[in-house]
Amino acid sequence: MVENHPMEPFLRTDRIPHIWCPGCGIGTTVNAFANAIKKCGISLDKVCIVSGIGCTGRVAGYLNLDSFHTTHGRAVPFATGLKLANPELHVFVFSGDGDLFAIGGNHFIHAARRNIDIKVICVNNFIYGMTGGQLAPTTPLTAKTSTSPYGNKEQPFNLPYLAESSGAKFVARWTTYHVMQLTNAIIKALNKPGFCFIESVSPCPTVYARKNRLGTGLEIMKFFKENTRREKGVSTRDIGIDFQKEFIVGNFVDI
Amino acid sequence: MEKEKRVLTGEHFIQGDIACAEGAISVGCNFFAGYPITPASEIAERMSERQPCLGGTFIQMEDEIASITAVLGASWAGAKAMTATSGPGIALMLENIGLGIMMESPCVIVNVQRGSPSTGLPTLWGQADMMQARWGTHGDYRIIALCPNSPQELYDLTIKGFNLSEKYRVPVFIMTDAVVGHMTEKVIIPKEEDIEIYPRRYTTLSPKEYLPYKPEADLVPQIIKAGDGYRIHTTGLTHDERGYPVMSAECQKKLVSRLIDKILNNLDDIIIVEEKDMDDAEVVVISYGITSRVVIPTIQKARENGIKVGSFRLITAWPFPGEKIRELSERVKGFVVPEINCGQMVREVERHSKCSDKVELVPHTGGDIHDPDTIYEAIMKVAKS
Repeated sequence: MVENHPMEPFLRTDRIPHIWCPGCGIGTTVNAFANAIKKCGISLDKVCIVSGIGCTGRVAGYLNLDSFHTTHGRAVPFATGLKLANPELHVFVFSGDGDLFAIGGNHFIHAARRNIDIKVICVNNFIYGMTGGQLAPTTPLTAKTSTSPYGNKEQPFNLPYLAESSGAKFVARWTTYHVMQLTNAIIKALNKPGFCFIESVSPCPTVYARKNRLGTGLEIMKFFKENTRREKGVSTRDIGIDFQKEFIVGNFVDI
Repeated sequence: MEKEKRVLTGEHFIQGDIACAEGAISVGCNFFAGYPITPASEIAERMSERQPCLGGTFIQMEDEIASITAVLGASWAGAKAMTATSGPGIALMLENIGLGIMMESPCVIVNVQRGSPSTGLPTLWGQADMMQARWGTHGDYRIIALCPNSPQELYDLTIKGFNLSEKYRVPVFIMTDAVVGHMTEKVIIPKEEDIEIYPRRYTTLSPKEYLPYKPEADLVPQIIKAGDGYRIHTTGLTHDERGYPVMSAECQKKLVSRLIDKILNNLDDIIIVEEKDMDDAEVVVISYGITSRVVIPTIQKARENGIKVGSFRLITAWPFPGEKIRELSERVKGFVVPEINCGQMVREVERHSKCSDKVELVPHTGGDIHDPDTIYEAIMKVAKS
């Protein structure tokens, strides 16, 4: 007899298979999220998920929660309305780096400034995946995308630094290699009142890796394993991500 | 003012914008998100003063895009939600007004129209956003828009707007303008028990039976609110009755047709017009909003000079009373359409009239109201044709 998958109560199984590519990190981040909710033991009926547009924007469609797939960049203000109108809800925003920090950047900094009690999970794959691999505000310098064929010349955002300086009360960055740490960061965020931000650095094998010849999803995970480290007391100012260089992960802000 | 009293029953001498806020509060609006803009800011200011005392929420967002989006989020959390702005703000809101139409989220959007395009005349008035309300967000849909011509009507129609929004699950526009919004007049606020409130159409089905976009007989689906255990999915993508995205022409046809038909099948319930001196009218002046108040004395003058002229006022601009115009066009000489724009609602009159060559537009580019003589001359021209 085949037993049900332990995460089945969290998923709209009638919507599977999902649209994500093999090797993509969004599914891993969703898994960390579902595990975090499960460990916290909160009622799934009170958890809302709000997404914008893009590959990560589709998360809302696969989770068996009250789930809102909104417009490009506007998940944060939608979540703000939900939370303010019913403070009993646990409101999560689950969206991508382009959605949250290019078109939606202004909403992000203002929600953090206001300390709205929502939890924002950003899957950062350094690129616009769904539209075919265009330049994102997180694309590292020199990285190639379909709209930076000669290499990116623009300084990318350092997301934890942006979140902290805008007023976030909890700020973390992990990769999809760090499943346990990512899960624990989501649990910490869930238990902390106020605006919380978690960056989940993720492989995009289909466009980012292909355009930059970085190999398969598995090879990128190996890169994450070998080229990330924690640094006690590090300032978020100093944790920007350079192209294919070692970068810092951790829980940076916990006020 | 008793700040903690929801319905301020009594006779007041207040500004249109304030009357609008009070109308919303009277019908149960408990969430307002907005961004400062002339000539609508007084609505937000009143809400910022009133909502905290009533247990509701006021939030000043970072822009109009965030304002309408927060309104949609609040609506899904069960709130009666509203935002208020002017043309430039509506321009920013349009994409998410489309999301509201697609998700079928009850909410009210007030447009205190000013001179335009672009920044235009912030402190002066216009009526040039009428087509923006109808066609502004991309795609095919139907919208509801009401046009008050006094502070009293701003109060009354804001209540009506909320009720229509709940009944048909569609964002409703209150299309006022800087004159009515900033005009101070007598406003009578009725007793609380005399205010009609159309309740949200919450489902009576269990979560297992419930499908979020399965329509009832009038094509409107029952609704839920987040946190009630229904665990619904809703999206701006084309979706089936489960709310799940379906990328097909067939699903698109079913959904878009229903979004349109739920309005078109209920025109008699939605459309309100006010007719005056119409029984023997040979010339009909069609107007709305502040312009209708210039029309009335102009008609009196024409009547005194023996012209059989009547007034047909659009209180509901969208959906447009096209059938009524078609009927009238069979028995009248023609129509005169004054509006503070260079010809917007007049296109609807021409489209539905069987004598479209006898539709006389009286345009005005904004910043002032019509000189009554311009309307009078148009009446005489049609009367003599």
